[in-house]
Amino acid sequence: MKILVCISNVPDTTTKIKFVNNNTTFDINGVQWIINPWDELALTRAIEIKEANAGAVENITVINVGLKTTEPTIRKALAIGADKAIRINAEPKEAYSVAFQLAEVIKKEKFDIILCGIESCDYNGASVGGMLSEFLDYPSISAVSFLNIENRQLKLKREIDGGYEVISIITPFIGIVQKGIAKDARIPNMRGIMMAKTKPLQVVEPVQVDNYTEFVSFFHPKPKTACKKVDPENVKELVNLLHNEAKVV
Amino acid sequence: MNFKLTEEQKMIQQAAKDFAERELLHDVIERDEKSIYPTEAMKKIVDLGFIGMMTDPKWGGGGMDTICYVLAMEEISKIDSSVGVVLSVTNSLIIWGIETYGTEAQKEKYLRPLATGEKIGAFLLSEPEAGSDATSQHTTAEDKGDYYLLNGTKNWITNANCASTYIVIAQTYPEKKHKGINALIVDKNTPGITLGPHENKMGMRSSDTHSVMFNDVKVPKENRIGENGFGFTFAMKTLDGGRIGIAAQALGIASGAFERALKYSKERKAFGTEICNHQSIAFKLADMAVKIENARNLCFKAAWLKDQHLPYAVASSMAKLYCADIAMEVTTEAVQIHGGYGYVKDYHVERLMREAKLTQIYEGTSEVQKIVISRAILKG
Repeated sequence: MKILVCISNVPDTTTKIKFVNNNTTFDINGVQWIINPWDELALTRAIEIKEANAGAVENITVINVGLKTTEPTIRKALAIGADKAIRINAEPKEAYSVAFQLAEVIKKEKFDIILCGIESCDYNGASVGGMLSEFLDYPSISAVSFLNIENRQLKLKREIDGGYEVISIITPFIGIVQKGIAKDARIPNMRGIMMAKTKPLQVVEPVQVDNYTEFVSFFHPKPKTACKKVDPENVKELVNLLHNEAKVV
Repeated sequence: MNFKLTEEQKMIQQAAKDFAERELLHDVIERDEKSIYPTEAMKKIVDLGFIGMMTDPKWGGGGMDTICYVLAMEEISKIDSSVGVVLSVTNSLIIWGIETYGTEAQKEKYLRPLATGEKIGAFLLSEPEAGSDATSQHTTAEDKGDYYLLNGTKNWITNANCASTYIVIAQTYPEKKHKGINALIVDKNTPGITLGPHENKMGMRSSDTHSVMFNDVKVPKENRIGENGFGFTFAMKTLDGGRIGIAAQALGIASGAFERALKYSKERKAFGTEICNHQSIAFKLADMAVKIENARNLCFKAAWLKDQHLPYAVASSMAKLYCADIAMEVTTEAVQIHGGYGYVKDYHVERLMREAKLTQIYEGTSEVQKIVISRAILKG
């Protein structure tokens, strides 16, 4: 069985977000880049499955659409435990073209399990997994929070209102994973970090595909107003504020 | 010159930071208060390969350079220097000592389990009456033909209980003074070894510190490191490298306190504005930042010299002296910036201040570093 994990290169979640060019472009100046946290959890789960099922998983590949600048992020995925990597040499501009590029490579390479994070934490498009499924004509399950091989069968869980559902599925399929798929993203160990540079990182040239959307402009949310503190004894004041100012009761 | 870290070095720095924040931060205050050794966290440290990270992969190590080690030590010590010191003693003193001066048989038997983290090491040099004056060893290693007979007491031994492998510095030929000293590898479970109670320390309270008593302990001859009488030179050479680790630890304590003070100064308001907008606080932060930058450069320089196989003894002394001294200064200022909050335990800076003090004392006091440095510059 071969597992592919699609990874996005995103700004560190603590980045101070700024825009340039008349609010049309995210300012990447001084930004630290990381593996999209949901993708990192997907990769962690893939490695856990490989470790727990000796021989069942032949290899784990990570794939990224990005320019050469994303390679440190890809190397980190290799350090965490992916066996090899593919970088499609294109700037990721929007979900449609990213999913299209991924699909072109996946059609040739053939994988059994394809995992995508539910969304990337930069633009939060939450579209690539679904589009990929459409381009490849593979089944997909969204919001997967559990994945395992049990009695040679793939078992998935996804959370639904008030509980969860258990799903079995044939391969190949696309699992669009959310938080819970792995407890914590794995920290690469020293050996993994040293081995990462010797693992194969294949660069694939992109195919021609149009972008159908473009960013017109970005806006910051209004800054939160200061928190008001009310003395615990002063219930009257609290009710007054909730009623007249917050208008919630 | 190149101040840019490699991809691997950045990854190691991040891995150490992630580990410390995830595994050490949540109980560091409690472990400090109750002097609890971080057993669970140490298992994870071993899995991540921080023990043995610089050792040749043929012995099961990570094969990394000293810069990587300094980066990891800084990040871990920002949160918990008690864990930093376990790493430092095992990596810089025990593992490096055996890898550099040990026989192939000693490496096979002792280095491999240390380099893979299966075992922890302790370095037994200090005595009740021989700290800085390391030549005055009262512990004796009497030559009994095919073994040495160890007798005496060692004090303030880091990792004394958690370690399995000791390196003991002891006097074999008192008449030869420091030239009669030997370094012996000793299994902790050898009959005749007893530990004193856990030391109730000012800082680094969750590190494992005891005195160790030797009463007719037999050590096989093949456990001696180097030629007969090499022990003092061995100890001094090993400590040259150890000081880089302690410098990095002190640097971590300083930068950890600085980061907390910086954050606090942007949140805490006084006189109608965040306190960082008051020049008295802003200037303190500027002074702290400059000291840390200087300290980091000295530390990296010593690590770089070691990696280039150039002489590094003086550079490591300079790094250790400066990093330890500024760790004390920066942590004191971090407490001052926090005011009353800094004096209570919840804000970490008082703990970092207590931890900083030890870096001026162990692996050569600041005064001993000045002896090393002044002798070198006077010799020219």
